Order: sequence, then structure tokens, then C-alpha cells
Amino acid sequence: MTGTGIGAAVRRKEDLRFITGRGHYTDDISRPGQAYACFLRSPHAHARIRSIDTSAAANLPGVLAVLTGAELQADKIGNLICGWMIHSKDGSPMKMAPHPALAVGKVCYVGDPVAVVVAETLPQAKDAAEKIVVDYEVLPAVADPAKAKEGPQIHEVAPRNTIYEWALGDKAATDAAFASARHVTRLDIVNNRLAPNALEPRAAIGEYDAGSDSFTLWNTTQNPHVARLVISAFVGLAPEHKLRVIAPDVGGGFGSKIFIYPEEVVALWASKRVGRPVKWTCDRSEAFLADAHGRDHVTHAEMAFDDKGKIVGLRVHTIANLGAYMSTFSSSIPTYLYATLLSGQYAIPHIYCEVDAVYTNTVPVDAYRGAGRPEATFVVERLVEVGARELGIDPPELRRRNFIKSFPHQTPVIMTYDAGDYEASLRKALEIADYKNFPKRKRESARRGKLRGIGFSTYIEACGIAPSQAVGSLGAGVGLWESAEVRVNPTGSVEVLTGSHSHGQGHETTFAQLVSDRLGIPIENVSVIHGDTDKVQFGMGTYGSRSGAVGMSAIAKALDKVEAKAKKVASHLLEAAEGDIEFKDGKFIVSGTDKSATWADVALHAYIAHKFSGQELEPGLKEGAFYDPTNFTFPAGCHICEVEVDPDTGEVTIVGWTAVDDFGVVINPMIVEGQVHGGIAQGVGQALLEHAVYNSDGQLVTGSLMDYAMPRAGNLPSYKVDMTVTRCPSNPLGVKGCGEAGAIAAPAAVINAVTDAVGVEDIPMPATPQAVWSAIRSRAQPRQAA
Amino acid sequence: MYAFDFHRPTTLRQAVSLLAKSEDAKLLAGGHSLIPVMKLRLASPRTLIDLSQIQELTGVELKGRSLVIGAMTRHRDVANSPIVQEAMPGLAAVPASIGDPHVRNRGTIGGSIANNDPNADYPAACLGLGATIITNKRKIPADEFFTGLFETALEPDEIITKVSFPITRKCAYEKFKHPASGFALVGVFVAKRGSEVRVAVTGAGASGVFRVPSFEEALKKRFAPKSLEGLSISPEGLASDIHASAEYRAHLVGVMARRATAKAVAYG
Ligand SMILES: Cc1cc2nc3c(=O)[nH]c(=O)nc-3n(C[C@H](O)[C@H](O)[C@H](O)COP(=O)(O)OP(=O)(O)OC[C@H]3O[C@@H](n4cnc5c(N)ncnc54)[C@H](O)[C@@H]3O)c2cc1C
Repeated sequence: MTGTGIGAAVRRKEDLRFITGRGHYTDDISRPGQAYACFLRSPHAHARIRSIDTSAAANLPGVLAVLTGAELQADKIGNLICGWMIHSKDGSPMKMAPHPALAVGKVCYVGDPVAVVVAETLPQAKDAAEKIVVDYEVLPAVADPAKAKEGPQIHEVAPRNTIYEWALGDKAATDAAFASARHVTRLDIVNNRLAPNALEPRAAIGEYDAGSDSFTLWNTTQNPHVARLVISAFVGLAPEHKLRVIAPDVGGGFGSKIFIYPEEVVALWASKRVGRPVKWTCDRSEAFLADAHGRDHVTHAEMAFDDKGKIVGLRVHTIANLGAYMSTFSSSIPTYLYATLLSGQYAIPHIYCEVDAVYTNTVPVDAYRGAGRPEATFVVERLVEVGARELGIDPPELRRRNFIKSFPHQTPVIMTYDAGDYEASLRKALEIADYKNFPKRKRESARRGKLRGIGFSTYIEACGIAPSQAVGSLGAGVGLWESAEVRVNPTGSVEVLTGSHSHGQGHETTFAQLVSDRLGIPIENVSVIHGDTDKVQFGMGTYGSRSGAVGMSAIAKALDKVEAKAKKVASHLLEAAEGDIEFKDGKFIVSGTDKSATWADVALHAYIAHKFSGQELEPGLKEGAFYDPTNFTFPAGCHICEVEVDPDTGEVTIVGWTAVDDFGVVINPMIVEGQVHGGIAQGVGQALLEHAVYNSDGQLVTGSLMDYAMPRAGNLPSYKVDMTVTRCPSNPLGVKGCGEAGAIAAPAAVINAVTDAVGVEDIPMPATPQAVWSAIRSRAQPRQAA
Repeated sequence: MYAFDFHRPTTLRQAVSLLAKSEDAKLLAGGHSLIPVMKLRLASPRTLIDLSQIQELTGVELKGRSLVIGAMTRHRDVANSPIVQEAMPGLAAVPASIGDPHVRNRGTIGGSIANNDPNADYPAACLGLGATIITNKRKIPADEFFTGLFETALEPDEIITKVSFPITRKCAYEKFKHPASGFALVGVFVAKRGSEVRVAVTGAGASGVFRVPSFEEALKKRFAPKSLEGLSISPEGLASDIHASAEYRAHLVGVMARRATAKAVAYG
């Protein structure tokens, strides 16, 4: 290992530019002659559009165009699509309703874009948008997923607002397991709806170049190549080779920037219409209305135990709210990213899960940090904790009895776990959290009038999505490999082109560390290039904690090829047989001699090509690779949360947090720790603070940060973060992924702690002071704070 | 934001005359309530009169048995003022509880009171201490000043110049923060001065800040948290939203009043 190689806590190369305001985000970019777009959005959750009068708006100063769904249709611009096919239990395909980028005939949620104004300045565009007159016939709306099937039908293709009724697992066997069980734990769970709130709001600049008849889109996207593919192949705006998508610095995504949204399509399309580059930047209020939300499940779940506390079966029914239209990957989240993780860390012989996905008059719901896996973990870890309490077994002990102990392990819900040691992370976490002295701490809290509780979450996730064949068989419309290209310059510096995309993860550092480790060159001599379809040939982007396991594996594969080629060059340079060349610590050595050449020598000779014949060996040193993983990866760990509840106000204070995660091989422990911190913050946000609330008319009640509570530093404790390591056998680097773990583990840990403190299981997320206070009051027999 | 004219007078007289002659004008203090609503296009004054350069509107001074704070004094400067901390630590705690450092560095007492947000903190202190709001025209007792949600007794051409607080050390503020906004979900200011006891509540009322006579009576008998035990206020007429039902707010008023009383006793 060099000082900057794998395992080194190298400071992030990209941070200097971010924290000194020198980043280049989409809104920082201005194109010559750029005009500005403002969207007029529906104020109604559900309405028919009788007419739109744009004349007054079009006549205002500075206005270049006012466009509606009618023009979109006239130009034959295609609909947005959902790229993952799910079939219902009865074999019928999911009911995907048309999703035009600007409303055609009706609007289906508050914020649905109805028209766009393009003007010389943003204030002019806003002024004009206010002058567009839309005659709406307001229709009844439904926002609550539990009521969707009985609500007014939103799309013609989807009777009872049902997109699919899907199931996974063996129902008969699971029912039989329940019939013979000694004890059944039952829970009704709402996984609260969340608004992602990345620090940088979405933005897009569309530019049409009439000379080459081609388009460029600067966009806040997590996967520029997929955006280009969808916009060309489905929306049909331009052929793929005539569309360049650039994702410059992107300030946080959390999933919300994976999807192909109406606004970027419109910015591109409008740029051709007006013959000027068109910029749109979302503001925070607009983001609440228009960014895809996350979670929003209503679940009934049951776990069956035998007389030794062994789990014998799990039965889950979930209603998943997908919002008004099917967003890009929405269908896969509550199915293959959710039900497949319901086995948790446990050897559960029988699992059956039904998921009904419904339309409602709310903004689309899609992947949000963890995507399906936080929902699954919450179901499993709440059931296990409550089961332990009901059975009178210590919660860690009940977990231990049920842990999977040998690998590979085939669950009843598709996944084959490749490696892990769940007992090890639990043991370490219990030690760090000083579990055995918890009763003492509880008494001490009680003396101060506080209720103390402890909660566990031994979570698992499937990351590094994923083998293309596997996801293909499950309905994915794309393959989920990754590509990389390693370009060595004649001076020996290296450019790595990757199809992964960094929007906060620190790829410029970790990817460079891999190169540094392999080639023995300092990370300063490595640049990582991503996010531009003209530079990187193809890529699948970043989400599902896949950049390490899949993206870096592709780089490793390309580095293998570079090394092999470099050895050939070195053999000519050193006048030795290729088989005698060793590459070690940045040097090519002729085995058993003191003859060597440096990396830079070899790089130079690869390009000057004086020492070998071009017929024998191609000049240059540049290799590419596509890497398709053999399996998902399975990061897992144990989080322990300790809380104090103020019984007078219901306020919850997190007083302790222990996280022991197994992410396999760690490239940069500092970055990993940062990911864990951020993930936990988001999970705590979901558990205690965040809730995107629509009222029964489909109006978003939490439309600003005045009502939507984001976690702040003061809401969070000092974490104790540690790790255990089992190498991932499914990729060459042994890495598993760490980006989502905190958000997946945390909600269950928090709620398990709060319910432990209060002695009431029925506490919703977010466990706001009001909710906890109500729960305390609901206690039939107030448990003394003793 | 819509376009507007901008004036920056350096004397109160100039400000008063600009306010009188401009149509549809708004005073600009810290801008932390006004600017956000303008950015959202919910307010569109044609003229803004910035008060920030008027020296006479800023500062804290002791005047006899009162503490007088200029309208343009920033939250931070009141919170950190040795004069306020010495005379009334319970009052200094009010601006210290507002927002975050950015907000405290900009926001002013005059702006906060003029705005009369139903969840703002200063109104509770003014009412709880029986302050006098001094304008370019007159002196308005706090009991008559706060007239409803975002409404005050101020006339369109009136400028708050100072707020005068009668001094007592036996006063304190207890705030239960709104989980999202950080404003007061419920805030209670309790004060005892001679034989007078005041309990003022912000955040809870459906029409703004209000006093709680039953609590005041109980505390007059004995100024101690115990006196409030078993007492509660009716949820009727209280605000109710997704963050707190009227019932929960009513409960919190009791809890915060007891805690504030305990603090006031400790200060006094
Ligand atoms: C993020 C954030 C968090 C906040 N948190 C809190 C909180 O926890 N608690 C709290 O109480 N407040 C909070 N506030 C509000 C903050 O205290 C504001 O500063 C205050 O409400 C308004 O004061 P200002 O000086 O900014 O006034 P401005 O916004 O400039 O003006 C507000 C109104 O008062 C009028 N006005 C201003 N000065 C005078 C005057 N001298 N005479 C007559 N009218 C005048 C203006 O014309 C305007 O109508 C928060 C604000 C923000 C942005």
C-alpha cells in the first residue's frame, strides 16, 4: 500500500473546490444567449384542463415562447417512461399511464407542469407564467395510498388506481409455517413519505446547435448516459449520437437525480423551438412539489416464531404509493429492492410478500437513499424487536438465534448472500455501546425524570446493483454493469474515465486511490473523469451503492489490461522475456536481476514506440473494460440507538449511537465514515422529523422547510462508528458499498429505542414530540420511569 | 421578487416622511421575514425603506427602572448585551432562542414585533413583561399592541422606534421549538414584578400571543412551579396543525409555564 492507496484515509481531492465555492454546478454554467424557463404548475391535485390561454403571457416583454402540451404533441415529443417491467400475480403487465412532459388534457398532482415560459430573464418568465390563464375542471383527488383503490380513477389504463398486484415467495408454505407457529407478532407500519432535499436543487440547460443539428443538455443527473438513452430512445428528442448529456458537479442526489424528469426534456425541446440555450433552475419550493419523493408504504406484517424463538415464517402485505405517474425506476423499488431483502440477517425458511402499487394524486415516488431496503429493514427489525419483547427474550439474543451462519445462503426471496459475519458485528456493537450497563443508565435517566430506551437494527442490504442477467430476468430495461477506461499519458499520469457519477461520494479520491494502489503513482497524478457522454462512452451511473463494487471493479479490470500491456512494453525496454517482467511498487523488474524501469519510462516508451515494432505491439497505453458483477453485494451490520424521552413533552433525544458495519474491503475509511454519518442523519430524519404530508385534497402541506423538518446537527449525537470486515467474494476488490447503510439501518434502531423507552409499540414515524406524547398518554397503565 | 424602489434614509425624520409620501411602501429592518415573502412573490411592495442606517434606532440602555431597546437592535446584540444579561437574563434568553446565527445577526426586535408572527418569540416577552412599544407617534402598551395574526395596532405611517421593558429579574422564557421551523411551537414568558405576575404565551394561540389569567392568579399566591401543578388551559381557540394539535399545545403551555417559573425563581 502506498500512502494514498487502498485503505488510506486520504483527504478528498474534490473538497477544496467545493468548500471554496469553485465547483461548477449546472446553475453556475451560462451559455451565450441563454434564455430562462419558468414552469406554470398545476395548483390542483386532479383536474381536467378545459383550456389554456397563453396570449397575454406571450405578449409580455422579453417572452420568447409559451409552450404547452399541445405544442409538445404537435412536435411528437414522446412520454417519459418507467424502465422496469413488473408483472402482477395474474401475469398481467404493470399499468403504465402516459406521462407527457407537459400536461395534456389533465393534471394529476399539485405541481404537474402545465406550461413553460421561455424569456430573456427569469423575472420576465415568472411574470408571464402568472398571466397564463388555465381553465380547470377540478376533479376529486386521492393522496392516501391506503385509500387509492377506492378513490377517483386517475388514469384510464389503471382501474382502481392499481399499477400492479405483485407477490414474491411461496404463499402456501408460508401459511403452513404460520399455522404451526408458537407465537405470531403482528405490526401495522406506515413507512413515511419523504422529500429528498438535496442541497443543490435540480437544474437543466438545453442547447440546440442548428449547425450540427445536435443537442447538449447540462443536467443535475446521477446517470447522464441513461438520461441520454431515455431522452433519445423513448422521448425521441434526438438520436443518441446527436445528444450530449453533461452532468457537471452535482450537489447531492440521494436517488432523486437518477430519474428523467419533465423539466430537462422541456429545456432541450424549447431550446430548439426558440433557437437559444434554455436554462431552468428549480427553487426549493418547486423542489418540494416536483422532485420525486421517497418511501410511502402502508404495510401489515406478521412474523411467526417456534417455541425456541426461531423465526419460522414472515408474511408481508404492502401498499406502495407510486404517485401520479410512474417515475423512471419506481416500479422496482417496492418489489425487487424491497421484498428480496425481507429475510434480513436471518435464516427464515418461508417468506411471502404481496405488494400493491397504486397511483395517487401526488408527485411521483421513486428511489430515495436506500430505496426499498430501508422499508424492508424497518419491517423486519421492528418485527424482530417486538417479537423479542413479546417472547421475553433479550432482543440481541433473539437475533443471534436466528442469524444466518453459513455462506453462501439462499433466502426464500431470490437473494443468495455471499458472505457475512452478523454475530461479529453484533458482538462488537454491544461492547462499544456498553449494553450490559444499559440498566444502570436507565435508572440514572429516571432519576432525572427521563425515559431511556435502547433499540437495535441488524440490517442487511443488497448493493452494487447488479448482474445484468439477473436484473434482466426480473424486468429491468437496462443492464447494470459499469464501464471504465484508463488512459495513461506519455508522462505516466493517468486519466480514468468512469460511467459512475459522483455527486458527493468522493469518487475523484477513492477511484484515484485504486489507481495509485495499483500503479504506484501518487493520486495527484490521477484524474477521474465522469459525467459527460462525449467523454465517457457509456455508463450506468451511481445509485444503490454501486460505484465501488461495480464502477471500481470495471476500473480494476481496465487496470489489469493496462498492466498487461505495460509489461509487454517493459519487456522490450528491458530486453527481457515478457514472462520475466514483474510489476511491483510502480516498477517493472526483470525477475532475479536488478534491471528495472519506472512506470513513467514505460508509459513514455509505449507512446514513442522506439523500442518495439508497431507490427508486433500497438503503440499507446489505454484500455477499457466493462464489468458485470456476478452477484449483488450484501453489506450488513448492527446499529444501536439509545434515546431519552421527556415524558412531559414527548421530545426524543438521541443520547448514543453505535454503528458497526461490514462493508467488505474499505478503500478510504474517512470517506466511508462520512457516508455512515450522513446516512444515519437521513435515517434519523425519517424516524424523528421528516414527513411529506398531503392533505385529503392532495395539497402538499409540508411545502417548505418551515413545515418539512430536516435533521440538523443538534438532532444528532456523536456517533461511534466501527467496522468488521468480511471480504466480498463477488468482485475483484472485495468491496460491498456503504452509501446507504446508515439510512437503511437507522429508522428501525430509533423507533425500537423510542418504543422501548415509552413502552408502547404503536408509535408512527416520524416520532415527533406530539406523536410520542400521545403514545405516552395512551399507555393503559403508565409505566413508571423507574 | 417583483421590482421595487429602494430608499435608505439616515434619520428617523426622513424615514417618516418617505413612509408618508410613498404609495405602498414597506419598512425594511433585518429583512428576515419580509424578504422571503417577497421572494415567493407573496408580497410586492412598490417601495422599500431600509431602516438600517438610522443610528438613533439602535442600542440598549437603562432608563430608570426600564430597559429600552432600539427597534433596529439585532437579536444577537440584545442576547449578548451585558446590560440585558445583568438586568434581565430571562429577557436575554428570548433573542438567543431565535433561529440560527444568520437570523440573529440580521433580525431585529422592531421587525419581529411589527411582524407579529404567531410563533415569534419577542411578542411573548413584550406581553409577559408588560412592555411599551414606542413609535414615532405614540406609546402603545403591549396589551393593546398585538391585535391578531400578523396584525398589530400600528398605523400605516407608524414606525416603531423603541421598546421599553420594565425591569425585573424574576422573569424567564421557556420555548418548545417547532421541529421544522425552529420558531416557538409553544413559548411561555413568565414574569413577576412587585405584586404583578404575567404569563404570556406565543405559538399556541390561533390568533397570536395571549395571557393566561388563571396561571397568573395561581402564581400571584405563590410564585413557584408547584402553584401551576394541576392547572391547564383549554385547547379551545388554540392553533392546531400537523405538528401539534390544540390539545398538545394546551398541554405544552402548562409544561413550559412550570419550567419558565422555575427558571424565573432561580434568576430572581
Ligand atoms: C430561518 C429563519 C428562522 C427564524 N426563526 C425565528 C424564531 O425562532 N423565532 C422568531 O421569533 N423569529 C424567527 N425568525 C424571524 C426573525 O426573527 C425575523 O428577523 C423577524 O421576525 C423580523 O425581523 P426583521 O428585522 O427581519 O424584519 P423585516 O423582515 O425586515 O420586517 C418584518 C416586518 O416588520 C416591518 N417592520 C420592520 N421594522 C419596523 C419598524 N421599526 N416599525 C414598523 N414596522 C417595521 C416590516 O415592514 C415588515 O413588514 C426567523 C426567520 C428566519 C428567516
